Amino acid sequence: MGTIWFWLVAIMITIYVLLDGFDLGAGAIHLLVARTDKERRQVLASIGPVWDGNEVWLIAAGGTLYFAFPALYASAFSGFYLPLMIVVWLLILRGASIEFRNHIKSAVWDPLWDFLFCASSLLLAVFFGAALGNVVRGVPLDASGYFFEPLWTNFRLGDQTGILDWYTILVGVLALLVLMMHGGLWVQMKTSGEVSRRAGRVAGRAWWGVVALTAIVTALTFRIQPQVKENFTTWPLGFVFPVLAVAGIAGVIFELRKHDERKAFFASCAYLAGMLTSVIFGLYPMVLPARNPVYSLTVATAKAGEYGLRIGLAWWITGIILAAGYFTYVYRSFAGKVVVDKDSHGYGD
Amino acid sequence: MGQAVDVHRLQFALTITFHYIFPQLTMGLALLLVYLKTKALRTGDEHYNRAARFWARIFGINFALGVVTGIPMEFQFGTNWAAFSKAAGGVIGQTLAMEGVFSFFLESSFLGLFLFGEKRLGRIGHWVAAFLVFLGSWLSGYFIVTTDAWMQHPTGYRIGSNGAIELSSFLDLLLNKWALWQYAHTMLGAVQTGCFVMAGVGAFYLLTKRHDSYGHTFVRAGVLVGVVAAILQLVPTGDMQGKLVAYNQQPTLAAMEGLFESQEGAPLAILGQPDVEKRKLDNPLEVPNMLSFLTYRQWRANIKGLADFPQTEWPDQIPLLYYSYHVMVGLGTIFIAVMVLAALLHWRGRLYDSRWMLWMLMMCVPLPYIANTAGWMTAELGRQPWLIYGLMRTASGISPRVAAGNAWFTLIGFMGMYTVLGILWLFLIYREIELGPEPSGHLQKDDAAVLAAD
Repeated sequence: MGTIWFWLVAIMITIYVLLDGFDLGAGAIHLLVARTDKERRQVLASIGPVWDGNEVWLIAAGGTLYFAFPALYASAFSGFYLPLMIVVWLLILRGASIEFRNHIKSAVWDPLWDFLFCASSLLLAVFFGAALGNVVRGVPLDASGYFFEPLWTNFRLGDQTGILDWYTILVGVLALLVLMMHGGLWVQMKTSGEVSRRAGRVAGRAWWGVVALTAIVTALTFRIQPQVKENFTTWPLGFVFPVLAVAGIAGVIFELRKHDERKAFFASCAYLAGMLTSVIFGLYPMVLPARNPVYSLTVATAKAGEYGLRIGLAWWITGIILAAGYFTYVYRSFAGKVVVDKDSHGYGD
Repeated sequence: MGQAVDVHRLQFALTITFHYIFPQLTMGLALLLVYLKTKALRTGDEHYNRAARFWARIFGINFALGVVTGIPMEFQFGTNWAAFSKAAGGVIGQTLAMEGVFSFFLESSFLGLFLFGEKRLGRIGHWVAAFLVFLGSWLSGYFIVTTDAWMQHPTGYRIGSNGAIELSSFLDLLLNKWALWQYAHTMLGAVQTGCFVMAGVGAFYLLTKRHDSYGHTFVRAGVLVGVVAAILQLVPTGDMQGKLVAYNQQPTLAAMEGLFESQEGAPLAILGQPDVEKRKLDNPLEVPNMLSFLTYRQWRANIKGLADFPQTEWPDQIPLLYYSYHVMVGLGTIFIAVMVLAALLHWRGRLYDSRWMLWMLMMCVPLPYIANTAGWMTAELGRQPWLIYGLMRTASGISPRVAAGNAWFTLIGFMGMYTVLGILWLFLIYREIELGPEPSGHLQKDDAAVLAAD
């Protein structure tokens, strides 16, 4: 039962990254691809009706993690106290920027929110990447099952690590590049004209960085977290995940060159999904590795009571089928490229 | 002050209080939006659609702020209350996860369609979207209240082998009788906020002689729904909540009422200031025997005072609890008076011309926010010193490794950020009200300019 929930939470996190990833990415390249007010409204309109629904996956994944692995939720959230609070502030700032911007037209109002939207999206991408880096590297858990990491210590991978060290910063930069590519492909697909062209170019450039850093970070990860190597040698079937990632990243450049905007975006989804599942597969059965492996939290030590997990499965499956239904319907309703000539939201009133 | 537990409590109190400004309006407005859309559908009058669009814009701003200020709430269970989460996450995580899976997906998906897709959806489709937003937001309220109700009155659990609290009955968790009454009481409070805001904006338009027809619609909708909600708030829901506290949290009842000594035929304190050191109520203005009657329906029933309980069982903020409770009840009573009076005037056909009544409705707009906040403070301060009533003390629920200094850092950060957000929120809402419900008032002018420039 614990293993089932491990993978269900993994799937939810992956879906969250695929969905919110493109609107975070769109935010990170906002100022880069859109210069005039009309162009900026195109970018915002491309994520307007869906971004908060995407963010709900974070809340739903968080809630599911909470009830399935309460000890993990408690330990990880209190240990990552400061970065998570900063993430919360950035999410607030970003949500407010998107919502407030279109209410007033003024030479000081719009650029302010455009800047904050871009900056908060960019920082969120880096922080999420660094958070993933922390989990992979392991945290200074002790026998109590708790830890606390300051934002940084000496930037080295010693016993008293901080949130930011050279490895996690590297993962953060990789995350930013990946989401810039992902968001760029989304904006390219959903907009037209100059914005679409620029977004495609940004994605194409980010692609090179993604390839280079993916190779470097992967090599480092095998050295830093021995469990990964162990899992791939024990269950060779797990190689489907990295293969998916490689196929995805190759697909991105292939489809970009062919100017197939939809397929390029979906290839990027495949890359992201492949990367995340590779990492999650590599960590199993750990849910939060410790610097000292004895204290690592595992599926068995962190999971909730059996009855709760079983009953949860019943409502979770129902709920997710419903949610998949809504999302399909919403994305279909807003299919096609956005037009901003009608009103501030791009969807005629 | 200064101990980690105090800072964690202050931060949670601050963030939840600020957060609840938004959902109480959106949950109330969601119901009123369904009402306006139903009117539009049945009468075929575009007036109601324009009215709904106006409120949808206000709904949108509040909803977005509700979402972004809601995320810290879920996070703080883990960041600030780790020991509590580790012990009880297997139970309350159920309802919190269900909120995400069942209501947030529904709400956010259909709100996007409701706000951005009126043309695409058609008349009936748009009504359905409004209804689903309403359903999603009210479901969400249920899951949150169930979570709180479990902390007030834990049911359906057992202590597992590793000391953690495990779920043992899903239905007992979901159908906790405390949750059912608390939900009804909470939602009525939200409906009252929606009604007073709608009626207040309508009254503002009538008093400033603008958008007359909308003013009428808003005042009527607010008053007619509001009068029902105001009465149900007291009987049966408020009454039942009081009884649940009286039977299950006896020290809480005594503290809420400022009753220090046990008494047969205990009085109901209307006014007065509790002096905890001297264990008495200063300047009491009391209705004799009333508390005994309200609690047990017997004039001479014995009510236990705080002195009958060891001091370690007392709520730790007695004056604040006492005032919260009295502010809530006092305002609730005023709401009934105002709404009944307004409804009577409406019945006599004189509501829209009674300027004093319109003034009163307009001035009441902030009050339901205060009453709802005071109500939540009564519930949560009343639960003290317990985090989970009878099971876990508040002080033992905090994150063991988060130092007070780190909690101060984030508390101050939230204070700054929420001050700015609050100012922007007031500014934007006021601006929407100024622009008014007529389509010509909104952004279209500027959009036309943009188009001309292209």
